[in-house]
Amino acid sequence: MAIDAATVRKVARLARIAEAEEKLEPLARELSGILDWIEQLNEVDTEGVEPMTTAVHATLPMREDVVTDGPNPEAILANAPKTKDHFFIVPKVVE
Amino acid sequence: MSELTTLTLKAALDGLAARTFSSAELTQAHVDAVEAARALNAYVLETPEKALAMAKASDDRRARGEAGRLDGAPLGIKDLFCTEGVRSTAGSKILGNFQPPYESTVTANLWRDGAVMLGKLNMDEFAMGSSNETSAFGPVVNPWRTKGGNAQLTPGGSSGGSAAAVAAELCLGATATDTGGSIRQPAAFTGTVGIKPTYGRCSRWGVVAFASSLDQAGPIARTVEDAALLLTCMAGHDPKDSTSLPVETPDFAAFVGKSVKGLRIGVPKEYRVDGMPAEIDAIWEQGIAWLKDAGCEIVEVSLPHTKYALPAYYIVAPAEASSNLARYDGMRYGLRVEGGNLTETYEGTRAAGFGAEVKRRILIGTYVLSAGYYDAYYLKALKVRRRIADDFDRAWEKCDALLTPTAPSAAFSLGDRSDDPVAMYLNDIFTVTVNLAGLPGISVPAGTDATGLPLGLQLIGKALDEGTVFALAGAVEKAANFRAKPAKWW
Repeated sequence: MAIDAATVRKVARLARIAEAEEKLEPLARELSGILDWIEQLNEVDTEGVEPMTTAVHATLPMREDVVTDGPNPEAILANAPKTKDHFFIVPKVVE
Repeated sequence: MSELTTLTLKAALDGLAARTFSSAELTQAHVDAVEAARALNAYVLETPEKALAMAKASDDRRARGEAGRLDGAPLGIKDLFCTEGVRSTAGSKILGNFQPPYESTVTANLWRDGAVMLGKLNMDEFAMGSSNETSAFGPVVNPWRTKGGNAQLTPGGSSGGSAAAVAAELCLGATATDTGGSIRQPAAFTGTVGIKPTYGRCSRWGVVAFASSLDQAGPIARTVEDAALLLTCMAGHDPKDSTSLPVETPDFAAFVGKSVKGLRIGVPKEYRVDGMPAEIDAIWEQGIAWLKDAGCEIVEVSLPHTKYALPAYYIVAPAEASSNLARYDGMRYGLRVEGGNLTETYEGTRAAGFGAEVKRRILIGTYVLSAGYYDAYYLKALKVRRRIADDFDRAWEKCDALLTPTAPSAAFSLGDRSDDPVAMYLNDIFTVTVNLAGLPGISVPAGTDATGLPLGLQLIGKALDEGTVFALAGAVEKAANFRAKPAKWW
């Protein structure tokens, strides 16, 4: 098996997804099944192959470093779960 | 005037231009059809008032002689496209009641050309799925049933709502997106036409991101010409998407009906996979015969890395997804589940907001990008991706386009494959290579299987050569003369 319950716990933590303790083992089995299937990539000889990071050959365009949007605090805050006086209200970040 | 919903987009535009009917009449007929078809669960949000207002505005424009290319045509919009002031969910609970304060470029282009929005279409959550069963709104039901059967079938995914709505005549055409096959597989399952254009043809701006190096928008329609008309309007360079190509958009409809005589069509031998149903093989042979009759030269080609495309995809796409979906933190929009501290709030929000398949892919993506595994998985997959793209480049030395089946089966029953992720992933075996290489691919209905379900053929072209793809798709469509429609049971 590629990954165990402890690894799932760690990865879920990294991904900021709460997973119940009893779900870690089944998840490990499921993810291992997928990763075992992915392992077949090792059959491919990729010696000296340049990794492909984009689907088309294009150089990223540059633009002038100028403000093109805003200020529009109402639109930005319109979908927020909690706001006050043009601020997002979030849980305490620094103790 | 329910017969108005049976028109092709082209016929509807002609009827509007000839003042045979108004957009208000055409739109009302569609609004009524949508309302009567809720059993299909194709729309997650109906916007009849907006549709009728847009139709009225269209009729006024036409009266003033200012009608655009799609003026007055009612369309459905996949819920992955942000629509200003209209709830956009990506099929997920985590976006809650999100009402974008902006419009995606692709939909803005459609409205610029006069189209009318009927509502937002159901889809797999964040476009992750091949059966529409991962949607937070429940699965779409395929309007097609097997002859004499009444089992509920999947319309495919992730653009299942788009495909079902087009097949059931609940819109004249629909927007869709394709990351690994999400336009073409549902098109094949519903007897409709769907094209994923070259990566960069359509702007991704305002389209909820899944895997940014693979995501591409395209239309689903009832004919090849309709798909060409829609893509011509949807595509175009957009400075707001740095991967949008700075190229002119041709009039794609002009290619439909063009002669395909002398074109060399590659048939990749690696697409003859073990366990492929005989009917899929037969329809493929039929397609080869049709193109031969139309004057094409058939050549066998080899794409030796085909079998590695799906495993490479299931590293690249989840890796990009885990990064893209990090934005759903419950702070600025969408769902928030309050916890004892910031981390608990993040973890609780994401646990409650994401469905099982999305979580699975985020976990895989996080794992393959994590320290110690990046080279073994992610970098390896990017190198295999290069091999796959090189396969196509070599094939283009021998041919102008490729002909393959679209999917390895016809539509299957809802619930059939939802317990086995890998079995579900194999749906995209013939479509995913095209996303990895960034090429255009179209699915055209070619016939039915013994149970009466539609089967599709896929044509793959060189980058930015949608013209040839449309010409060939037109030839297949003409030869297939696919006229079957789902019997109305809803």
